[in-house]
Amino acid sequence: MKDSRIRGAEIVIKSLVAENSEYIFGYPGGAIMPVYDALYDYADQIKHVLTRHEQGAIHAAQGYARVSGKVGVCMATSGPGATNLITGIADAMIDSTPLVCITGQVASPLLGTDAFQETDVVGFSMPGTKWNIQVRRVEDIAPAIAKGFHIARSGRPGPVLIDITKDAQNDLGEFNYVPCLGIRSYRPYPKVKESQVAKAAEVINSAKKPYVLYGQGVVIGKAEEELKAFLDKTGIPAACTLLGSGALSEDHPQYVGKLGMHGNYAPNLLTNQCDVLIAIGMRFDDRVTGDLKRYAKQAKVVHLELDNAEIDKNVKAEVAILGNCKESLPMLTQKVNENSHEEWLKEFRKLEEKEKSAVVSLDLLPTKSGLTMGEVIRYINDYKKDDAILVTDVGQHQMIAWRYFKYKTSRTQVTSGGLGTMGFSLPAALGAQLADLNRQVVCVVGDGGIQMTIQELGTIMQTQSPVKVVLLNNNFLGMVRQWQQLFFDKRYSFTELDNPDFIKIAEAYNMKTSKVTERDDLRDSVAEMMIHDGPYFLEVVVEKEDNVFPMIPTGCSVEEVRLS
Amino acid sequence: MNRYTVSLFTENFIGILNRVTLIFTRRGVNIDALTASESKEDGVHRITIEVTTTEDQVIQIVKQTEKIIDVIKSFYYKDDEVVYQEIALYKIPISSLDPGLEKVIRQYNARIISAEKEFVVIEMTGHKEDTKALLEILKDFNILEFARSGRVAVAKPMGTIEQYLNN
Repeated sequence: MKDSRIRGAEIVIKSLVAENSEYIFGYPGGAIMPVYDALYDYADQIKHVLTRHEQGAIHAAQGYARVSGKVGVCMATSGPGATNLITGIADAMIDSTPLVCITGQVASPLLGTDAFQETDVVGFSMPGTKWNIQVRRVEDIAPAIAKGFHIARSGRPGPVLIDITKDAQNDLGEFNYVPCLGIRSYRPYPKVKESQVAKAAEVINSAKKPYVLYGQGVVIGKAEEELKAFLDKTGIPAACTLLGSGALSEDHPQYVGKLGMHGNYAPNLLTNQCDVLIAIGMRFDDRVTGDLKRYAKQAKVVHLELDNAEIDKNVKAEVAILGNCKESLPMLTQKVNENSHEEWLKEFRKLEEKEKSAVVSLDLLPTKSGLTMGEVIRYINDYKKDDAILVTDVGQHQMIAWRYFKYKTSRTQVTSGGLGTMGFSLPAALGAQLADLNRQVVCVVGDGGIQMTIQELGTIMQTQSPVKVVLLNNNFLGMVRQWQQLFFDKRYSFTELDNPDFIKIAEAYNMKTSKVTERDDLRDSVAEMMIHDGPYFLEVVVEKEDNVFPMIPTGCSVEEVRLS
Repeated sequence: MNRYTVSLFTENFIGILNRVTLIFTRRGVNIDALTASESKEDGVHRITIEVTTTEDQVIQIVKQTEKIIDVIKSFYYKDDEVVYQEIALYKIPISSLDPGLEKVIRQYNARIISAEKEFVVIEMTGHKEDTKALLEILKDFNILEFARSGRVAVAKPMGTIEQYLNN
C-alpha cells in the first residue's frame, strides 16, 4: 500500500491552501527551507512574493490584510528572519490586523543550545502577538495553523506566530485539515446585551448635542452600512479616527471630519461641548483624546466596543455595549428616535470655516513659492477613483495626506496608526495592491521613511505591481523637526538629511519616474502618474520647514487645538 | 493601593504563566506572590496571584489577562472576599531547641515536620501577618532558613468557573 504520509513542510503549504490563502509574503533561509522546497510544487495554488527584507514581508502582508479583509500570511526563517518580523507583529497587534506569521526554527534537539540562527522567537513575540506557538511535531502543524487562522481573524483581529522546528517540517505525517471553529477559552464575539442597548438608546434619545466618533472597529466589523443607517436616522454629527477613515463617506452630510492631534479643528474642539459621546469601534487612543483629565468630562459616554479590555480603559463609559458593532448598531438604530441636529451641526460647520481660512486654504491653494504637501494630495484627489487606496508612512506627510485625501469608500486607508512605524508604507502599498490589482494604490511617503524600506522597490519591480509612489521630500525628518521648532527652541538635533538622488534609485529599479520642483508642473505630473498603468515613482520637492496644523500639543486638551 | 488576589482559570499550556505575568510587568505592577495548581475542573489550571495596587489597575489587568487566548476566565478579589492560606517553613538549628521554642510552637499552632541531625523544620499555615510574626520570634532562635508559599485562595462569591464554562 502506498504511504499516504507527506512531509510536514508540505502540510504547511496544504494548510495555507486549505485556508484559501492567496499570497505568502516571505523570505527563505536555512530553517524554513523544507517549506520553500514544498512550495515549489504549489506555485499554481498559492503565490509567493519574495520581498527584500522580512520586515517588508510582514508589512506587505499587513497591507494585503487591511485591503482584502482576509488574513495576511508571511513567512521567514529562524533567528534574524524571525526577529525582523517583530516590528510588523507589534504594528499588526496595535492596529488589529489579522496575520499568520510562519517562522522556521532549528531542529528540536538543538532548541535552547544557541544553535546557528536559533532565537527564542516565541518568547520574543509573546507580548506582541494575539497568540503564538512552537510546533515540534509534524502532527501538530495543521491543527496549529487552523487554530492560528481562527484566532487571527476572529474577534478583534491580530497577528499570530507559528514557529515550526525543522525536524517537524521534515517528518512524515498524515494531512487531514480540520478548520478550527472554536476554542473553549476564547470567546471572540460576546453576545450583545439588550439591556445595555436600551440604556444607550435612552441616553441618546435625551441628548441635545450628541456626537459620534467612529473607528476601525466599523471597518473590521464590516458595519459601514449599519453605521450609516444609525447616522441617517439620528442625524448625529460624526467624526472619524485615523484608522476609521473611509468607514463613512466624507460626502455624508453629517460627516464633520477627523479626530486627533492633527485632525480637524471642529471635531476636536467640540468634543468638549457635546452632551453625549457615542464611540463606535474606537479605543480612545491618547492621540485622539489629548489630556484625559480634560477630555469630554461634560459628556455621557456610550461605548460600542468588541474588546472588553478597551471599555473604561481610558475613558469611563456611562453605558458600554460590548460586542460586534455589526450586531449592536442595528439594535441601537431600532431603539433610537428619528432626529436631526441642524443647529449643532452648524457649530461644526462654523468652526470648519475657521479652519479653512486659517489652515486649509494655505495648504491646498498656497501662494508662497515652496510647494506644500497639501497641494500634492489635492491633485491626487482630482485624479483618483472613489475606491483608490491611500497608503502612508509615518510623519508630517501621513497627517497631511490623511487630512486632505477624500475618503469615499471603506478599506481605502492603510497606514501605521498605533505603532507609527516608519518604513511601513512602501511594502504595505505592495501588499495593498496585490489584494486588488484593479484599484489605484497611492503610496505617500516621506524622505525619511522611504529609506527605511527602500529596498522593497525591488519587490514592486519584480511583481510589477502598479503602485504609485509619491515621495514628499523636504530633506528633513519633518515631524520631529516640527516638534523641535515648537517645543525644543528650534534645536534641530539630527533631523536634517543629506539625501540620495531618489529618481536615480527608482530608475535603477526600472520604474517610470518624474520629479517636480515647480508648482506649474505638479498637476500634469500627478495626472500622468495616476493614469500610468505600471509602477510609478513621483518625487515632489516640498517646502523644507512647513508645519502640520491644526495641532493638539502633547499634554493639552482637545479644546486647546491650535490652528497655528 | 490595596491588596488583591487575582484568580485565573486557564488551559494548561506551555508558556501560559509567562503570558499572564507579562501583563503585570507591562503595567509595572509587582507580583507579591504566586501559586499555580490544578482546579476542580479536569484540564483547567488555576493561577493565584497576590498584588498590591489600585483597583483601576487590577480591573485593567484582569481584563487584559482575559484577552490571552488560553485564559478561560479571570477574577479579582479584595482580601475579605477570599478565604486564603499560606504555608511557611522555618529551619532551626538543633542547638536552638529549648523549652522556649516549644512554647512558641504551641502558641502559633505550628509543628515540627522534620528532624535532622543538625536542624528541625517547623511548619506553620496561616496568613502572611501570622507567619511573619513567627519568623520574627524565630530570629531569636538563630533561624537558618525561611520560605513562604504564595497564597492559595478560594473565593467567597458563589459564581464558579464551572457555571462560566457551561454558559
